Amino acid sequence: MAIFERFTRLKSASRFLQYTTALCPAHSWAPTRGPLLRPAGWIQHRCVHGERSEASSAAPPRRPFSQVTPADLDFFRQLLPGRAITDPDVLESSNVDWLKSVKGNSEVLLRPKTTDEVSRILSYCNQRNLAVSPQGGNTGLVGGSVPVFDEIILSTALMNQILTFDSISGILTCQAGCVLESLSQYLEEQDFIMPLDLGAKGSCHIGGNVSTNAGGLRLLRYGSLRGTVLGLEVVLADGRVLNCLATLRKDNTGYDLKQLFIGSEGTLGVITAVSILCPRKPKSVNVAFLGMLQYFLTFQACRGMLGEILSAFEFLDASCMNLLEKHLKLTNPITESPFYIVIETAGSNAAHDEEKLHNFLEKVMTSSLVTDGTVATEEAKIKALWSMRERITEALRHDGYTYKYDISLSVEKIYDLVTHMRERLGDRAQNVVGYGHIGDGNLHLNITSPSKDPALLAAIEPYVYEWTSQYQGSISAEHGLGLKKRNYIYYSKTPEAVTLMGNIKAMLDPKGILNPYKTLPDDIC
Amino acid sequence: MAARVLVGVKRVIDYAVKIRVKPDNTGVVTDGVKHSMNPFCEIAVEEAVRLKEKKLVKEVVAVSCGPQQVQETIRTALAMGADRGIHVEVSGKDYDSLGPLQVSKILAALAKKEEASLIILGKQAIDDDCNQTGQMTAALLDWPQGTFASEVAVEGDKLKVIREVDGGLETIKINLPAVVTADLRLNTPRYATLPNIMKAKKKKITNVKPGDLGVDLTSRLEVLRVDEPPQRQAGVKVETVEDLVGKLKEAGRI
Repeated sequence: MAIFERFTRLKSASRFLQYTTALCPAHSWAPTRGPLLRPAGWIQHRCVHGERSEASSAAPPRRPFSQVTPADLDFFRQLLPGRAITDPDVLESSNVDWLKSVKGNSEVLLRPKTTDEVSRILSYCNQRNLAVSPQGGNTGLVGGSVPVFDEIILSTALMNQILTFDSISGILTCQAGCVLESLSQYLEEQDFIMPLDLGAKGSCHIGGNVSTNAGGLRLLRYGSLRGTVLGLEVVLADGRVLNCLATLRKDNTGYDLKQLFIGSEGTLGVITAVSILCPRKPKSVNVAFLGMLQYFLTFQACRGMLGEILSAFEFLDASCMNLLEKHLKLTNPITESPFYIVIETAGSNAAHDEEKLHNFLEKVMTSSLVTDGTVATEEAKIKALWSMRERITEALRHDGYTYKYDISLSVEKIYDLVTHMRERLGDRAQNVVGYGHIGDGNLHLNITSPSKDPALLAAIEPYVYEWTSQYQGSISAEHGLGLKKRNYIYYSKTPEAVTLMGNIKAMLDPKGILNPYKTLPDDIC
Repeated sequence: MAARVLVGVKRVIDYAVKIRVKPDNTGVVTDGVKHSMNPFCEIAVEEAVRLKEKKLVKEVVAVSCGPQQVQETIRTALAMGADRGIHVEVSGKDYDSLGPLQVSKILAALAKKEEASLIILGKQAIDDDCNQTGQMTAALLDWPQGTFASEVAVEGDKLKVIREVDGGLETIKINLPAVVTADLRLNTPRYATLPNIMKAKKKKITNVKPGDLGVDLTSRLEVLRVDEPPQRQAGVKVETVEDLVGKLKEAGRI
């Protein structure tokens, strides 16, 4: 064991070993089981990167950016009086991510209020070659929202104004620092809702949601941000303000630039304002919490019988329920089952929706697809049922150190990864749980151990990515790449695609000051 | 032992909903607003069902007074385990002016008619906060009452009730038949599970008119005006202690 450990450390340290294919983990299982979709040359290329996976989620060395000088601080203080923060206590929380898994060493936190201020900050930093880490609510799960070294943190916390809302079209424009929950509350008074909803809603900023193309619980019904965001105002790396803040549903005039920035994780520009299409608030919302032996057929029945009123289809397994009961003292509303599904319907007519829902429930109960369940129409009960799904992340935090994986696969195959990892890891892992947006084919695989365990991590990664890649899945369905997964991009994208991404990055941010060390793999930047 | 339990359930505006006052200040907006069972009534139903599960009572009857929509509330009680329901039809102006006095007269009449030996109600409704129906019903029937119950135990032909009072907890023993009103900590109501929801569809709800029970619904109360509570004034943030002292002086506080 000890010899093996020393060997792997030597392996990562000495770069000349990287081309020895005999040591490459990926090489041992060339995809003979599935169709050979990738050209042989690609496997060779992937081998090279698989080799580096021991160290690839760790940070690369610091790039030769300038360091912040007193003169820089004077400039910031003059530009943002009282909002250029250097107090280490305040900086502490902005330097650490929500999972407390990565920590940066930034000494400057800037809180602009306007797009103009952001523009001047970036223009200055670009000239001075100072790296910048944009930060919204700091709720990201892949280490993309905090600095790696001493990058200046550019926070949208004070850019929280709602600009306009048109209650006929449902189009909302607001600054990037608006908290998602505040926007939801504002819209609810006008009888509308935000098209996305996620567990972090009390803290996340809409700008951050857009720059990470956040998914969430309503994606099944309202689609992704790529469809609901109508326009963006973005400040580019050199300070130029790109105003694409259209509020039009249809606008086919030239290349759709906003799509570049959606999901770019702050590496191509800083989003300063968003215009988004909001759906009407449903008059009738029902939530059903069901227990079953398997989820796939229920999903089919659901789609068929509930059709257009289905607004969410989430699942959690028995291990998740145990964690909720153990750490958060929540009670299981129904009898114990291997799988639990949360179904939400949203529509404009209570009687119509309830009838559909009751027919569906009767059908699945009598056909024994579902073993037990409960339904809620009152807000308080709905919230209680949703918390069974929304608070799993919180419960996991209490269970120890969590290894999080966010995988996209076909609906039938999804849970296989969980059972597979459970077998593979056995006693080495404390808990292996699966939950997620099963309706979107998105699994959140989480593994816990009492504390950070490099041996366990080595058993999980890159195996979990290889498994996903083998079944043509995505290694990051909605969490993005950030710092932690940047080098695994090749498991889901071809080298040509990644090279082109690099070209676009070089064009928009030649000095690479925007959120460096994130999203794109180390060999591209 | 108590053969039949009567449980009163009231249909109220869901407690999570933001209440709006009607523009003419005669009441609150109820049209199109989400309604549900009064939370204390849920606790009452849960307690009755638990007594039945312990085989201490034979039948649980859920009662509600109001228009057609209260049948939903009765169905919820049936889904939680009540055996049958009684819908006392009250609508229009009569429903608007329906209050504890009229409801307690109805419940008293029903208790006699159904030969109930225990009535469990919520301690108060979250819309009017009256906290009177249980007490008035007991008085009309001349039955003992155990109000604000946080624990109920059957001891032979008596009930031991632990009541939540300002000074702490009071334990009393009362003879059956009796009226008990449920307080928050009496129990945690169960979720109505699907099999029970399906069964509830087949359970019986009988319709009764207040006239049939010999009850006069005239109200002795007249609502003059309904207003929203005054808006809370925003506070002011100060930067320094001097500012704070200055502002307090300005406001005449020091």
